[in-house]
Amino acid sequence: MYKITRKEELAANIFLMDVEAPRCASSCLPGQFVIVRIDDEGERIPLTICDYDRDKGTITIVVQTIGASTMRMNELNEGDALSDFVGPLGLPSELCLEENLEETKKQEIVFIAGGLGTAPVYPQVKWLHEHGVEATVIMGSRTKDLLFYIDEMKAVAKDVFVTTDDGTYGFHGMGTDQLQALYDEGRHFDHCVAIGPMIMMKFVCKLTEKLGLHTIVSMNPIMVDGTGMCGACRLIVDGEVKFACVDGPEFDGHKVDFDLAMARMKQYATEEGRKKLAYEEGDTHHGGCGNCGGDK
Amino acid sequence: MGDVNVRVPIAEQDAKVRATNFDEVCLGYTEEEAVEEAQRCLNCKNPKCVGGCPVSINIPAFIEQVKNRDFKRAYEIISESSALPAVCGRVCPQESQCEGVCVRGIKGEAVAIGKLERFVADWARKNGIKPASDVAKNGHKVAVIGSGPAGLTCAGDLARAGYDVTIFEALHKTGGVLVYGIPEFRLPKEEVVAAEVANVESLGVKIETNVIIGKSTTIDELMENEGFEAVFIGSGAGLPKFMGIPGEQSLGVFSANEYLTRNNLMKAFKDQDTPIYHGKKVVVVGGGNVAMDAARTALRLGAEVHIVYRRSEAELPARVEEVHHAKEEGVIFDLLQNPVEILADESGWVKGIKIIKMELGEPDESGRRRPVEIPGSEYEIECDCVIMSLGTSPNPLISSTTDGLDVNRRGCIIAKEEDGSTSKTAVYAGGDAVTGAATVILAMGAGKSAALGIRRYFGETV
Repeated sequence: MYKITRKEELAANIFLMDVEAPRCASSCLPGQFVIVRIDDEGERIPLTICDYDRDKGTITIVVQTIGASTMRMNELNEGDALSDFVGPLGLPSELCLEENLEETKKQEIVFIAGGLGTAPVYPQVKWLHEHGVEATVIMGSRTKDLLFYIDEMKAVAKDVFVTTDDGTYGFHGMGTDQLQALYDEGRHFDHCVAIGPMIMMKFVCKLTEKLGLHTIVSMNPIMVDGTGMCGACRLIVDGEVKFACVDGPEFDGHKVDFDLAMARMKQYATEEGRKKLAYEEGDTHHGGCGNCGGDK
Repeated sequence: MGDVNVRVPIAEQDAKVRATNFDEVCLGYTEEEAVEEAQRCLNCKNPKCVGGCPVSINIPAFIEQVKNRDFKRAYEIISESSALPAVCGRVCPQESQCEGVCVRGIKGEAVAIGKLERFVADWARKNGIKPASDVAKNGHKVAVIGSGPAGLTCAGDLARAGYDVTIFEALHKTGGVLVYGIPEFRLPKEEVVAAEVANVESLGVKIETNVIIGKSTTIDELMENEGFEAVFIGSGAGLPKFMGIPGEQSLGVFSANEYLTRNNLMKAFKDQDTPIYHGKKVVVVGGGNVAMDAARTALRLGAEVHIVYRRSEAELPARVEEVHHAKEEGVIFDLLQNPVEILADESGWVKGIKIIKMELGEPDESGRRRPVEIPGSEYEIECDCVIMSLGTSPNPLISSTTDGLDVNRRGCIIAKEEDGSTSKTAVYAGGDAVTGAATVILAMGAGKSAALGIRRYFGETV
């Protein structure tokens, strides 16, 4: 069992947990992820690593309640434990490798975090800050209530631009609009990292292609084992099949087939929706699906 | 007693009934049936069956004890050679091993060695008998990577010889392919696999799940920082292969690994949180045991299922028993046919598969006749789900993070067959990680050889 040592509500339906996982905490690097299972009924949920403390042996994860398993996870509190916690999985971000540091220092770097993407962006910006590289961060969300980690991000970034789609906080518009605005002001970047919903990463890539700005994205497709075994997370990158779990999760955003990746995300939409509904409605669940006979 | 040339028949769930549930197909012998079948054993002076067994179980000796109704002693004899008898009795290809060389098989049917092994192991479990575990520890620490058949066997043998063994498992459950690959209806997970894993633990073996060697830590770190003096790699062959044909990324196309992992490891069939796609008409591509498992799983989830295989029935790599069971349950075999394209609708979902018919030509390197396409014979099958079961290859995670560990061009770890030794001192390997996808019992045989190799490494003369 893996003990939860801290839990905080960050925003509407978004919560943070510190989890004791010493093996993972001693070896993980920014850009990698973990897989978590609440109990024997739970799914294997891939989650990005938001922070880590090598001394305490803890990993910080940020979770949004979107399905039955994540909703059940939100019921756990400090002192409770997760049944399974495995990682680090995937390759570390190339930006955060010591061997690339000299090259990285010469670059003007911008991160664009969309929604929950703030969680995986934060450890990269922090790592760079600790290694003498100050990056620019654009943090976007639909609305003010979904924003989190603004102060934490400001503490490690050169400058932070916050955007909301509905204008309830910061810049009124999307991350792409903010990036364009920065370019219009004469700013220039050599390297962009965009992490967030696939649709957001797709549009960032469309813009940065025009701007001639090299862009790395972190893909979050459906996964089961996370070790290369099942192939559920396969993507087409530059015309080749890649597994996000072992070949990624970071890829050259200009080479990713986003339309295919987004279509593949819907593969279990109906099944998952049913399970979520069943969970929310509990004993009163009679969805009229005709399968259980309970509505007859 | 009936005809000595014919086996005592064994009870199975009716095909029509079992095609709708995930309970075990074969129900096993009763005591009376087992004793009667055991009496067919000729107790040969020079027993060929022992040589046919990759872990050299003393088969005539244990069958003799079944005859005598001393099932406990029979279990002890098997346990000297095998840590997983209830598993092996169910999934070993006995027809090409012990039973394939049984003298009884010359005039009639071979003794049902596998079914007797299963009977003995099940009897022991039901009666709470565990393998003997009073061994003096020798203090040497050995790490075993992977808790599949190779790892469990190697760990069990080393623990019995006094070694301090820890198994590291990447998944959340122990058993490797026994839990994620082989379905419940062939190998019950809690009742059989978990019980045999517990037996290995009762020998003193420690198991740490959720550790991915190559990510969470490395072999070099285990040896340098955690005091492990030797390592056995039994990490299996987990990477699925795809055909590389157009349309393969469509929605509704899965690797057999994904489909089976969702159903077996994550128990999607029991309506747990992990979903599985319920196709109405499913095409499974491939002809091995994994293809049969995927097909029979899809059938139980309510689909019409077709197996599409490019050679003929005689070349099907699956066990005869599996093919027979699949047919009985209603799986349709489309043989000498090969997919050339997967067809999708506007929203990207599979709507069919384009197939070309094949004929058998000259034998290839494997000795099997090479399938050749018949030009112009393409046709389409309508379907809403395609499962690719084309074999698997080893995961490069370990080989790419271990200094000085050599692999061949297929990514398999190079290890000596006789003792499992690799290019790296104190590191041994065996099972699918070395051979590529093979069988449970071959992996167990390799785990056993490597355990001997490791004991010799520590100076034992065994």
